[in-house]
Amino acid sequence: MKRHVGFKVERRPVASGRVVLLVSLLAILAALVVAGIFFQIYGVSPIRAYQLILRGSLGSRFGLAETVRRAIPLLLCGVGLTIAFRALFWNIGAEGQLLMGAVAAAGVALFTGLPGPLLLPAMFIGGFIGGAAWGLIPAILKVKLGVNDIITTLMMNYIAIYFVEWLIHGPWKGPSVRGFAYTDTFPRAAWLPTIYGTRIHWPTLVLGLVLAVVMYVLVTRTRSGFEIRVIGENPDAARFAGISQLKTTLLVMLISGGFAGLAGVGEVAGIHLRLLGPTHISMGYGYTAIIVAWLARRNPLAVIVTSLLFGVIMVGGDVIKVSLGLPFQLINVFNGLILFFLIGSEILLRYRISFLLRS
Amino acid sequence: MGWETWIITTLSRSLAYGTPLLLGTLGEIYAERSGVLNLGVEGMMIMGAYSAFTTAYITGSPWLGILMAAVVGGAFSLIHAFTSVTLKANQVVSGLSLTMLGLGLSGVFGRGWEGKPLPASIPKITVSGLSKIPFLGPILFEGQNLIVYLSILLVPLLWYVLYRTRIGITIRSVGESPATADSLGINVNRVRYLCVLLGGVLAGVAGGYLSVAYRPAWTEGMTAGIGWIVIALTIFAFWNPVYGMLGAYLFAALYHLSYRLQPWVSPELLKAMPYAFAILVLIFVSRGTLQKRMGAPAALTLPYTRGEE
Amino acid sequence: MDNSEGYAIELRRIVKRFPGVVANDGIDLKVHRGEIHCLLGENGAGKTTLMRVLYGLYRPDEGEIILNGQPVQMTSPRAALNHHIGMVHQHFRLVPTLSVEENIVLGLDEGTGPFLNFRKTREKISAIADEYGLSVDPQAKVWQLAVGQQQRVEILKTLYREVDILIMDEPTSVLTPQEVDQLFNTLRTLVDDGLTIIFITHKLDEVMQVSNRVTVLRQGKVVATLLTAETDKPTLARLMVGREVVFRLEKSPMEQREKLLEVNDLHALNDRGLPALRGVSFDLFGGEILGVAGVSGNGQSELAEVLTGLRKATKGRVSLAKKEVTNCSTREIIDLNVAHVPAERIRIGIVPALSIRENLILKDYRHPPFSRWAFLNNKKTEENAHRAMSDYQIVAPSDETPAMLLSGGNIQRVILARELSKNPSLIVAAHPTYGLDVGATEQVRQVLLAQRERGVATLLISEDLEEIMTLSDRILVMFNGEVMGIIDAEGADIEEIGLMMAGTRQKGEEL
Repeated sequence: MKRHVGFKVERRPVASGRVVLLVSLLAILAALVVAGIFFQIYGVSPIRAYQLILRGSLGSRFGLAETVRRAIPLLLCGVGLTIAFRALFWNIGAEGQLLMGAVAAAGVALFTGLPGPLLLPAMFIGGFIGGAAWGLIPAILKVKLGVNDIITTLMMNYIAIYFVEWLIHGPWKGPSVRGFAYTDTFPRAAWLPTIYGTRIHWPTLVLGLVLAVVMYVLVTRTRSGFEIRVIGENPDAARFAGISQLKTTLLVMLISGGFAGLAGVGEVAGIHLRLLGPTHISMGYGYTAIIVAWLARRNPLAVIVTSLLFGVIMVGGDVIKVSLGLPFQLINVFNGLILFFLIGSEILLRYRISFLLRS
Repeated sequence: MGWETWIITTLSRSLAYGTPLLLGTLGEIYAERSGVLNLGVEGMMIMGAYSAFTTAYITGSPWLGILMAAVVGGAFSLIHAFTSVTLKANQVVSGLSLTMLGLGLSGVFGRGWEGKPLPASIPKITVSGLSKIPFLGPILFEGQNLIVYLSILLVPLLWYVLYRTRIGITIRSVGESPATADSLGINVNRVRYLCVLLGGVLAGVAGGYLSVAYRPAWTEGMTAGIGWIVIALTIFAFWNPVYGMLGAYLFAALYHLSYRLQPWVSPELLKAMPYAFAILVLIFVSRGTLQKRMGAPAALTLPYTRGEE
Repeated sequence: MDNSEGYAIELRRIVKRFPGVVANDGIDLKVHRGEIHCLLGENGAGKTTLMRVLYGLYRPDEGEIILNGQPVQMTSPRAALNHHIGMVHQHFRLVPTLSVEENIVLGLDEGTGPFLNFRKTREKISAIADEYGLSVDPQAKVWQLAVGQQQRVEILKTLYREVDILIMDEPTSVLTPQEVDQLFNTLRTLVDDGLTIIFITHKLDEVMQVSNRVTVLRQGKVVATLLTAETDKPTLARLMVGREVVFRLEKSPMEQREKLLEVNDLHALNDRGLPALRGVSFDLFGGEILGVAGVSGNGQSELAEVLTGLRKATKGRVSLAKKEVTNCSTREIIDLNVAHVPAERIRIGIVPALSIRENLILKDYRHPPFSRWAFLNNKKTEENAHRAMSDYQIVAPSDETPAMLLSGGNIQRVILARELSKNPSLIVAAHPTYGLDVGATEQVRQVLLAQRERGVATLLISEDLEEIMTLSDRILVMFNGEVMGIIDAEGADIEEIGLMMAGTRQKGEEL
């Protein structure tokens, strides 16, 4: 009788919530360790660095405020992306949709001459429409013509970026200071109120939290949410059940693009108070939101947590620059590592490796 | 400036600026032809720029810098190949993470290098005899460098390999119908690894060219989105190296002219054109027969597992 | 045609098992050199499996392969090619965007290194093409070619590799009659040149037309090997489908109610753009089960898809209860109370990652009581799930268990529970007991009979002839997208059915 010791690798049917959480934490841990190596190279103890980051981002009133305000656009974009990803629509274009939302808000603020109380709501509505429209174009192209959604959403980002550049250098140009171009400052009525002493434009924050909850309810409790989940899990069965891929895809991108647009409104009406260079409006929020949504495993409620986490990371970048003299770019490294380890760890979710003792 | 001088200068500059676009596009064409979408080009380019610069600075040899850029770009791409082909993970996310990593790492390590002058850069070449040829002479043979010439030579070579050799047929079959290729004994994964590797190497060299040849200097983020234009150009080129060359030089020319053309078209909108054109191309080839004739490789972004027919 | 040169191929006692089924059960096959040898049988008889063993795609669990007197190990298709065995598959292995010559050369190592001498390739291809009358433009892209021409490319691929033995798997299923004739001429030319051909088919006409000898397989075993000249279609049909005594289930006599479904001259294309339904017409009455018999791939799945809104009809009419429903959308048909038990249970019948509870409302979620306004009523879906699980004996830890964890039988129970919950007037059931254990099979059949009692009209598509004969009131036989005949199940002659399944029209239906 021979005894074999071997591996058995089998597809795991469904990963339990616990396993998913564990694997996500492992990915973050791995990223922390590798990033720690970089800290070490600069002669900084990783522990000290992480302590500083945590203290700087969560330990002080100012830090916490900054963390939250960074998390706001991540929250909105992230929630929208969870919906898109659930329907298997690879929306890489949140960045562009955010910018178009900002453009729409700026347009409403600067040129419509609406009376004061109406201005902010109109800006939000306009921003939603702007972002949604920008997202619907790739959606229509995908459903009607089969054009790849990854490429179209990506390309639309750059079109949006240059569109904003054109606006602020051209037709919407305001005073130019120090080589940067931007529009005039918005009228006072178009300024989002902030929490005293911070830059947290709380209406957008509240909007984000509310929408996260609403989306969670949508996905788990409504007909549309059911259709989205079916399409995302099994497009063939969706067809079999008479679910319209066209309608669902359009709905999904309406939401995803619209939410990103809202994030854009928040940035220009809450932080910058004018339309300015695209890289100042969004420091890669649209791309970071992809990681936020992915880490949240497409659960809109979990995005609240993950967006805060990435808020910490972004503020951490400032902290290490100021306190440790380390380059801000380390954040990009960290983000890249997390994303990388996340997708690498998915293999652990798909397969179960068990040891076998066979005789 | 007379008209003729103006055109010559424009074309000459387009050649110079279009070279990194060309190199990146050639590499991405091969990667996508084998079925793998590599969104990490920007990251590989910037890492190539960084490693070329620092190696050239330390060793004094810009060519060693280029070599290092190729190695670094290749290494990055192997990571992408591993996650995309072996782990069969989402190629979009993998590529994006590598771009973030590349931008981040080059920003982190590159901080001390900004503003340092490069003692030895790739020399500009003027071929005295040929540069006298009217019109073409000054464009091609005055003030260009070896990398420009190498990239031009790569075009017919890579075109020939892709369309006229056994290797090219193998690559194209893997990108169109990996199940068929597999059933004929072709190692699909190996082909994809090699193509992605080529893409990474060329992207690295493209970046290195920028920092040690085009404008010898290192600045954080100096690739400024060239990697994304490459993605658009690959589509615009219908995945054909020759069209890739035309597209690269065309867009380089447009960029060079963007301020000159300002009265008629604003420079920002000009910069948006590669991306808009890419979408138009995709729409154009979306219809049935055109897709087969000129469209994207059918298996692009789809991982292959045997038995899933 | 006895020859003393020995056999080209001998397969001895080949056994090949898959989980749950013995595909080849001790098969002996002897093929003479230079003959066209047909392998005849229904789906699941084991013909394709056997040839895949020969071609190195599968390893046999037991048995030997002997080529020209020497036992050989077929470890892969490359090994088969090294032994000069080539195979033309039913679904072509071609890359559409490459040209003919590129496809032919794909994967070949001719020792000339990475570079290709296309001129030599082209000359060789032309030479082979001319010799065997397989004209095709070497530089044409494959997607531009008609199906018959594509098949020629597949044949050229094998001839280019200098095979002695050619296996063809159901080659005529995609061809027009003219192309079939051309193919047969080609085969005869090849054989004159010394090739040996093994031809898998379920069509009797072809067997009689082109083969020298024929081996009939049934349920993994060889039933007989005969000289074609010494047999006829009825005999072959009988051998193919068997002559078991059929046990009839307890079935009340059919109470024919109103005509529920009227199908008129239905035409449709399959996924590859080829005609799948060529003028199908029949009526279906309430309270009856109409069994659709036939070898898979003759249009049955396309028929089910057209009737349930998953495929467009290109011509013809379908009426349900006197209402025209041709080309209605899937959703409209669902709302008209048509139940569909699909053949591909896991791929389209359920959403594997969703729970049993959610799968049970997959089609109904839009209507009360499961949803009001936009919201799903969780309580009602839960109640529904509990009821369904007890009514249909679905065994699972809870109604929230993901459907993918269920056994095949339980998945089918979920599908049945869902489809039948709305009291449908028409059921389209495709291969409903395929792959199920005895208990589940029995249950499914009882359910279908119970629905029949209630006056539901059922279209039952199945490859299992016994099942068709026990459950159906009438039997419709499909072949090549057409109806070969419709007969009463009571007193049906299995030989006649076999003939129809293999291409002979019912007497009185001759055109």
